[in-house]
Order: sequence, then structure tokens, then C-alpha cells
Amino acid sequence: MAGTISRIHRRDTIKSLLIITPSVILIGVFVYGFIANTIYTSLTDWGARASLALHPVKHFIGFVNYKNLFAGFIHNRFRQDLVNMVFYSLCLLVGTITVGFLLAVLLDRSVRYESFFRTVFLYPMALSFIVTGTIWRWLLAPSGGVNLIPKLFGLPKSNFLWLSSRKTVLTFNWQDVPTILAVFILILLIYPLVKSFITQNKKRMVIYSVVSFILLSYIFIFKNILPPILPYRETHGFKLATVGILIAAVWQYSGYTMALYLAGLRGLPVSMREAAKIDGATEFQYYLRIAIPNVKPITLSAVIILSHISLKLFDLIYAMAGADNINTGHPSINMYLTTFRANQFATGAAMAVILFIVAALFIIPYMVHSHRERKIR
Amino acid sequence: MRENILRINVKIGIRRKLFYGLLVVLAFVYLVPVYMAIITSLKDPAEINLLTSWSFPKHINFKGFSDAYALLKTNFFNSVILAFSATIISAFVGSINGYVFSKNKFKGSEIIFTLLLFGMFIPYQIILIPLFQLLKSIGLYGSLFGLILAHVIYGIPIVTLIFRNFYDQISDSIMESGRLDGAGYFGLYFRLILPLSIPGFVVVGIWQFTQIWNEFLWGITLTRKSANPITVGLAQLAGGQAVSWNIPMAGALMAALPVLIIYIFLGKYFIKGLLTGSVKE
Repeated sequence: MAGTISRIHRRDTIKSLLIITPSVILIGVFVYGFIANTIYTSLTDWGARASLALHPVKHFIGFVNYKNLFAGFIHNRFRQDLVNMVFYSLCLLVGTITVGFLLAVLLDRSVRYESFFRTVFLYPMALSFIVTGTIWRWLLAPSGGVNLIPKLFGLPKSNFLWLSSRKTVLTFNWQDVPTILAVFILILLIYPLVKSFITQNKKRMVIYSVVSFILLSYIFIFKNILPPILPYRETHGFKLATVGILIAAVWQYSGYTMALYLAGLRGLPVSMREAAKIDGATEFQYYLRIAIPNVKPITLSAVIILSHISLKLFDLIYAMAGADNINTGHPSINMYLTTFRANQFATGAAMAVILFIVAALFIIPYMVHSHRERKIR
Repeated sequence: MRENILRINVKIGIRRKLFYGLLVVLAFVYLVPVYMAIITSLKDPAEINLLTSWSFPKHINFKGFSDAYALLKTNFFNSVILAFSATIISAFVGSINGYVFSKNKFKGSEIIFTLLLFGMFIPYQIILIPLFQLLKSIGLYGSLFGLILAHVIYGIPIVTLIFRNFYDQISDSIMESGRLDGAGYFGLYFRLILPLSIPGFVVVGIWQFTQIWNEFLWGITLTRKSANPITVGLAQLAGGQAVSWNIPMAGALMAALPVLIIYIFLGKYFIKGLLTGSVKE
């Protein structure tokens, strides 16, 4: 009897394998194979000659494309795009999480017509970036739309160039980027380092101390010995022309974080709220001290998903500012232009790999975490 | 005493009014782009002026819509064909895959599942160049078929995930009783699981349809003009300088219409799809 069951079981496993084989092969080739292929392409000189040939001649040239992107003379624009990407991602994260959480708090009480309000706050999420981008472009036109709003309050109309302003704030020199990164990582390390000493976790103490030591020695010694990454000063910073795109993006995605938080807040037990009330906590204190810490897993998911979305701002930027607008650039746009307009496939591939690595920094830990959780259940 | 209660009630009443006032203002802010799109699309080209961009059209003129329809007709129907065929195929792929990963787990199935899921989190720029080359070499570059293929393949992770989560909620005891009735592997799927799957198909169908309808990057890199989907058509229409703005606005509304209809009438299922990737239930 036991033999029959295990035989049936084995036969079922074979059927299962047969069913998923096509999907596994397709994902294997189209995701993993293609990623490997792009990484290889980024290490070649493909694009110089015969870029559109079906079987182009490529030569392996190592990391030259990457070196050019980070420290080459002509790729000034790509470096600004990277800086833009950091600002886009940070602002989108902070903006959508704050606005979405506040909207969720507003709707997290017995609100009449709640479903109406929820629908209104969430509908932009269903639309294409191209649709919303087209409309926002008109709203942010220099002499109309949003710039006319101050007139409603009797003020003179605004003249801000939402999508074409050339102003840059928070400027810094590209040569200082390694130092800035090192200081940033050091600041992030302070808390785990102190914690490892308090809990006497030997392994972590060693790892964090060594890393901090390396970073400190870079900042104080090696920085002055090693040649700078660029032979000349190059200024980058936060482009004010990206503000308009950020407003549109926050408008479109704050409903999404609202939906996430609303589900989270509704999931908290009513008794928690009542206990807080009995202890004399105000609404404000309830949200600050009890609700926010308890919806932490949702904040984590939101951060992951949104940083993923912010890497895909391609569509919105394309529709609002056009692909050729230098001030609102993004690595994904530059990758498109470099690859499909200039036919520089290898350089485009290197840009894609950089984008991919940034995404993977967020995604892989998240996937490992959720894989473990699935296994536990 | 009674006066105090009265005063408190008045106070609460005022707070309540302020609260609803705030919500209404916020709702207006969120609806501004729709208002703008509608009034601009209904204006006469001569009336469109940035200084009066907020005001209502003096004469309602549907020319924007007829012009936009004439310009975007091909793109619109390309998107209809694309979204329907890719959605239907990927829904069935997701259903059978979900059946395996939820109800027929085997050693190693969890790790395979995780490796499949990775495909939905990558920035698609990383696969764009080989995809472009491959479609060119098999003669599918430029056509709608190539685009359908891409959407079906890169849709596998999310549709598998949604169906797996859905089948996890169907209790295993139903499977057991089916087995006792003599149903085999596929019998269980076709006679038991598939008939219970309709809500799963609705969630996946809506999710994939909106995603594919709204997609832009592949549309612009993998298709020729005759096969351009609506998003590409709209971007080109709005990007041109010469057009008067009633046409792109009407075009934007036209491109938004199918997904808005889905969202308004089947919003519950849309939100389910939306939360699948992020909140694990």
C-alpha cells in the first residue's frame, strides 16, 4: 500500500515537472540567460562597427565601458542621470510613503463615502504613465496650469519652469563621490557597530570594525594618495526640473501606499487602539507610538516596490519631458538613447547592468527574506 | 452639565466638518488632472490658451476626439489584440503553474518558485538588448507577435504568484476527497480546481490586461509603426509640437478609458492583484 502511494506520488512529481518545464526554460533563457548576455555585451566593444548586423563582430574589452561611464570625458550626462536617479528614488519614497500614510490615517476611521474617497485616491495607479505624463505636461506648462494657481489667492502668477528649469541645487563635485559614499556608509555602520559591542557578537564586531577601519583609512589616507576619479572638477546636483516629474509620480503612487497602509491599519486589533485610549493616548500618539511600529513590514514592502518603480520612471519622464531633456534625465532613458538611437550597444548594456545592480541590491535580500518566510509556513 | 455636553458636541461637529472638508479638498486635488484633460479635450483649438487653461470650454467641440480617434485608431486596436491575447495565454499558464506550486509541491519546488519570481523584479532594460536581437533573428521584430511573446514570457512570474496564492486558500481536504473519488492529477485540476478558479482568473486577467495595456518600453523598442500600441501612439502624438492640445488630451482619455472602466467596475479585483506582490496573506 505504502509502495503504491509513493509510486503515485512519484508519478505526480514527474507530471508537475513536465508542466513547469516550459516556464522554467523560458525564464531561464529570457531572464537569466539574457542577463548574462547583457553583462557579456557590456564587456565588449559592440557598437563601434556593424552595430545593426545580425551577427556583429564583438571584441572583449573588459571594464572599459564602465570606466568610461564613471570617469570618462564624454559621459558627463550619464553621471548626472545617476545623481538624478538617487534623488528621484529618495523623493519618490519619502513623498509616497508620507502622503500615502496620511491618507490612510484619514480614511482609517468610520468615514462616510469611504469607498468613494478610496477610489479617487487610487485611480491614478490604474493609468499608464504615458497618459498621466501627457496630462501633467500640460498642467505644468510654463505660462499656464499650475503656475496660474497663485492667482486664485490674489498673488502674482508663478513663472517656474517645471520641466525645463536649468537650476541645480545641493551641488557637489563628482571627484568627491567616493568620499561622500564612504562617509555615508560609515554613518550607516555606527548603529550596528555599537549594537554588536553591546551584545558581544564577536563575528559582527570584527566585520564591522574592519569595514569601518578600511573606510576611515580611505577617507584620511588613501584619498590623498590615489589619483582622483576624474582629472577635473565636475559639478552635479539636484535638478529643479525634476520636481514636476516628482509631483506627478507622487500623485500617481501615493494611492498605492495608501492602499497598503489601510490594509495594515485595518489589520491591527481594535483592542490595541482601545487600550491606548484608556491609557490616555491621543489619536496622534496612537499612530505615532503604536500604529507606525506595527505596520513596519508594510513600510518595508512599500520601500522595495517603490524603489523598483522609481527605476522604471522611464515612461513618465519620456511623456512629460521627452527623452532628450538633459535636466530630467534618468539612466534608463540614457540607456534607451544610447542603445536604440546611437546604436552603441555595449555602452547601453553597461548602463543596463548598472541599473540592474542597483535594483538587485534591494530585490535580492527581499527575495531571500520572503523565500525563507514561505518555507516556514 | 448639559451645556458642557452640548459644547463638546458642537466642537466634535466642527472637527467632523473640518475633517470632511479636508477630504473633499484632497479628492479635488487628485481629480485635477482628469478635469484638465476633459475640459481641454472638449475645447475648440482656437480657444486653447494657456492663460485660460482652467476655464470651461465656451463651446463644446468633439473634434478633438474624432481627430484623436482617426490618429490613434490603429494603435488602439493593436493594444486591444495585444492585451487580450497575451492576457488569456498568460492566465492559463499561471493557472497550471500555480496548481503545481500550491497543490503539488515537491522537493525543490520552493526554490524553483523563488527563482521564477526574480523575473518580475528586474528592470527590463537588462534584457532589452538580447530580446531585441532574438526577435530580429527569428523574424518577429516589429510585429505584434513579438510583443505578445514578450508579455507572456515576462508575465509568467506574477501570474504564477497570484494563482499560487489563490490556490493556497483552497483547502487540501477538497483535494483529498477528490482523490478518494478516484480523480487523478489532471482530473483534480480540470474537474475540481479549474471550476473554483474563476475569481483567480478575474484577478490575473485584470492585472495583466492593465499592465499590458499601459506598457510602453517594449512597445517603443520592439515594434514598427504599424504595430505600435496605444501608449506609443499617444506619446508620439503628444510629443509633436504642432498639434493643438485638445487632440493629445482626447487621446489620453481614449488610452485611459479601458483601464478606467475596469478600475471603476472591478476595482476590488484590481486592488487584490495590486497587493499580491507586496502583502503576503
